[in-house]
Amino acid sequence: MFGNRFKGGAAVPHNKNTASCKTLKMGVPEKVFIPMLQHIGAPCIPVVNKGDYVKVGQLIGTSDKFVSSPVHSSVSGVVSDISPRIYPGGTNVLTVEIKTDGKQEVHESVAPPRYSNKKEFLELIRQSGLVGLGGAGFPTHVKLSPPPEKTIDTLVINGAECEPFITSDFRGIIENPESVINGIRILIDILGVKHVWIGIEDNKPEAINLLSGLIEGDSIIKVAKLKSRYPQGAEKMLIYSVTGRKVPAGKLPADVGVIVLNVNSVSFISEYLKTGMPLIKRTVTVDGSAVKNPSNVEVLIGTPLEDVFNFTGGFKSEPHKILMGGPMMGIAQFSMQAPVLKHTNALLAFDESDAEIPTESQCIRCGRCVKACPMNLLPLFLNFNVLRGNLDELQKYHITDCIECGSCSYVCPAKRHLVQSIRLGKAQLRQAAAKGGK
Amino acid sequence: MENNLLVTSSPHLRSKDTTARIMMDVVIALLPAAVSGVYFYGARTILVILTTILAAVASEAITCKILKKDLTINDFSAVVTGMLLALNLPPTIPLWIAAVGAALAIILVKELFGGLGQNFMNPALTARVILLISWPVQMTNWILPDTVSSATPDAISSATPLSLLKGEGNVGSAMPGYLELFMSKIGGCIGETSVLAILIGAAYLVYRRVISLETPLTFIGSLALFTWIFGGETLFTGDFMYHILSGGLMLGAFFMATDYTTSPVTFKGRVIMGIGCGLLTGIIRLYTNYPEGVSFAILLMNIATPLIDRYTIPSSFGGEKKVA
Repeated sequence: MFGNRFKGGAAVPHNKNTASCKTLKMGVPEKVFIPMLQHIGAPCIPVVNKGDYVKVGQLIGTSDKFVSSPVHSSVSGVVSDISPRIYPGGTNVLTVEIKTDGKQEVHESVAPPRYSNKKEFLELIRQSGLVGLGGAGFPTHVKLSPPPEKTIDTLVINGAECEPFITSDFRGIIENPESVINGIRILIDILGVKHVWIGIEDNKPEAINLLSGLIEGDSIIKVAKLKSRYPQGAEKMLIYSVTGRKVPAGKLPADVGVIVLNVNSVSFISEYLKTGMPLIKRTVTVDGSAVKNPSNVEVLIGTPLEDVFNFTGGFKSEPHKILMGGPMMGIAQFSMQAPVLKHTNALLAFDESDAEIPTESQCIRCGRCVKACPMNLLPLFLNFNVLRGNLDELQKYHITDCIECGSCSYVCPAKRHLVQSIRLGKAQLRQAAAKGGK
Repeated sequence: MENNLLVTSSPHLRSKDTTARIMMDVVIALLPAAVSGVYFYGARTILVILTTILAAVASEAITCKILKKDLTINDFSAVVTGMLLALNLPPTIPLWIAAVGAALAIILVKELFGGLGQNFMNPALTARVILLISWPVQMTNWILPDTVSSATPDAISSATPLSLLKGEGNVGSAMPGYLELFMSKIGGCIGETSVLAILIGAAYLVYRRVISLETPLTFIGSLALFTWIFGGETLFTGDFMYHILSGGLMLGAFFMATDYTTSPVTFKGRVIMGIGCGLLTGIIRLYTNYPEGVSFAILLMNIATPLIDRYTIPSSFGGEKKVA
């Protein structure tokens, strides 16, 4: 048993209502909207034109930048528009709109890929369009290509799924355990790692037992049963819980010899190498107090949120807040027309009472945010200094180390918007730096 | 477009804990000490407690009104201040002085410095010290629990154990034993003297995770160590148990030094707070003309709190080593 070795965190409710909901396959929507930016990095440039007929798995956008990930059509149909459209993050992003024909004809380029060395493997991963499926959307081929001077000895598979409601990783393990293990074995060959830990919170014993059974006797792959404590699945916390290594401030997991991948990402790698079908669909948990039938749904990327909710049976009360992701770190949506992205792990809809954020009152300096912060920061002072515009002070309180997990805001009895103010402070610092740089 | 959707910054989920609930917990935790005060010093103490609570809440309501601020009495913090002040007053205190104290605590110490969370000294303690300096006779008019049953308890004054220790008591006054101290069979403030009642309340606060023990334990521990070393005729012979069980130490350590607003927020800061309070209390008790030093010690450390917070900023996770 791996103790909860990181300090702080919050005892958030689990609400894993959909843990036993088998993933349902959703059909082809009338239209899909595929943004050219579904990852951290440079946006893609469309390689199709309006009026083109595209097929499933066909490349429709790519970039020559390394930190980027190509996007593929998830349907067959006609490109009906290419223009900037609302994006789940709140901005406008160039989006390819495809009117589907329902035939789901597969593109000729989709065939089981071959590779003979690490370089070719990484290029394949890039071409697959894989990004971190856990929620952050960092291009996987970049993660798998650390600078050569950094020795990677450990691979950590993130199945912690510490956010309330979400069960898409859990269902991924339960429904495709062999793919997870197979994907890990492929990565062991490629990366030459000595240890692989699959980190899972102890509120998912079914997943722990299933995977433990499959790897019995394996000398490299081990399952790490982790205490259910938010944010156990945050990369730095997970690495510390599993290996005892601390990723230095401002550094990456590779700096301590670790690569972290989501369970569903690993599973995808295994499937991709069998079929050659790039990342065009994913499992999404649909839940929340306004949702009639909480479900797990396999959704084609680019499907509008409204279609996904309707597929599950719609709402039981008027939704007042729609989240992409979990309630702790998810992004509130302002339109039901926004599309499902590669890294959309959940869609949550809340009724009026759950949508409201309580009013702030004065900070009473109780110090609960200090105890809750897994990064060992002092959220109350960050909040204080942001609100007073003391940008110089923010560095002293290590504002850039904040991972925005939301634990401080969660525990605050005065209901202060701590994380929100910290985000504001970070943005102000970036602006100040940009001005200073000119 | 359809748009009834509320867009806010994450997290979208908040715990059920509120400021009012925390304050309510403190009120509940103070009840055993209040009840013991009533039991040992008579029904009049109920009047003292009600007077300070009413005066505190009324003062806050009036100040909010005059300063055109949102009415904050619903958070129960004024009730806590009123109750704490009452427990720090002698049972014989004239009610008007008690009321003045509560008004000073709320208006002068709390609201004029910005209200809840903004004051730099503990309101109840500051008010107590102001009263002590302004009305020294009324503020040190102690009675022994045994005299309550007699006809005119107010007329019979007695000394507190700590003043006895300093040789200030009436000739012939016997020093109470540890058990008497523990059970409050001594002269003292309404809520200070029953160590047992205070510990019951403190245990509740710890159970409810309202307070943590780093400040109280280091406070008591450092005072014990200091009085053991320096409190006797020779070094290392001091009667530290006596110092721990008497005066306002228990109430101060568990309910005053842990006051959120006026104590540091980090573990390290809270340990410094506790040690500072313990040493200052020891110094005042042993080397000054005041028999009791808990209030002054805590207030001095209150003033040092912003400084302590400033110098105890922890390294962030992974930021311990300087990254080149």
